[in-house]
Amino acid sequence: MDVKTGFFYLFSLVLLYAAFRVITARNPVHAVLHLILAFSQAAGVWLLLKAEFLAITLVLVYLGAVMVLFLFVVMMLDIRIDTVRRGFWRHFPLAAFIGALVAFEMAAVLMTGFRGVEEPKAVAALVNAAGQALPYSNTQALGRLMYTEYLYPVEIAAVILLVAMISAIALTLRQRKDVKATDVPAQVRANAKERMVVVKMPVTQPAQPPVESAAEAPEKKA
Amino acid sequence: MTLTLGHFLTLGAMLFALAVVGIFLNRKNLIVLLMAIELMLLAVNTNFVAFSHYLGDMHGQVFVFFILTVAAAEAAIGLAILVLLFRNKTSINAEDLNTLKG
Repeated sequence: MDVKTGFFYLFSLVLLYAAFRVITARNPVHAVLHLILAFSQAAGVWLLLKAEFLAITLVLVYLGAVMVLFLFVVMMLDIRIDTVRRGFWRHFPLAAFIGALVAFEMAAVLMTGFRGVEEPKAVAALVNAAGQALPYSNTQALGRLMYTEYLYPVEIAAVILLVAMISAIALTLRQRKDVKATDVPAQVRANAKERMVVVKMPVTQPAQPPVESAAEAPEKKA
Repeated sequence: MTLTLGHFLTLGAMLFALAVVGIFLNRKNLIVLLMAIELMLLAVNTNFVAFSHYLGDMHGQVFVFFILTVAAAEAAIGLAILVLLFRNKTSINAEDLNTLKG
């Protein structure tokens, strides 16, 4: 058993333990922290697979941004654990059976089907303008592919991120009625002419038309 | 004993099964449901990277990149909806979401 295999089992065991704690933790904050542990172990597994760019992206983007977003939201919400946890273990036998079945069947098929694939195939080397093969770089190969063959999908992905950002802001934005904040645009728009309006009114009212019936007259005076 | 493609695929399968069990167990807790979905995406991504490495095809890693993008967008919108839900109902219990029940 070489070093790589040892690291694979280390990362896998910690990853599965962290995933198990994510789904069984009482406190949602602990669940998020174990999710962070799981993602960092997955980044280790991806490093073993020589996907350096994606592993670092997972750590930077996922652990740095998405998981911290999860943590913020979990801490912002006041979750009553007892109501959420009621009946937690009721479906555990069924869930454990289905999970074990899924894992066992997939493992049986995959281990028998792909055990023969031992030696990773080398990615076709990039060549420079002079026709010489460049030394392999994962980031360079990925970037070359993304900005030539997958250019339009990359732009669509950027638009998806933009739409997600705008929608997340639009969903959670709200105007509070109970704060006495000044309306800055209204203040800027104010000018001297509109501050005071002089209303011209005649001093005496014109004479009322004569009262039609005697019965209504006392009521009007009252 | 060397690592084969089957080892990594089995790891992905076990992770996916754990996430399925998590969805079964946390039917009421919406935020843990979102975390289980993230775990599922992680398992799928691990499969993609493993295939990409063992079959010598970079396209799999490009696909992982796109899955990460969509997963980040999904997490942002899902958490925004969750915050909105908590503001209106003061709970994230999935059983309280019965307004549309016919």
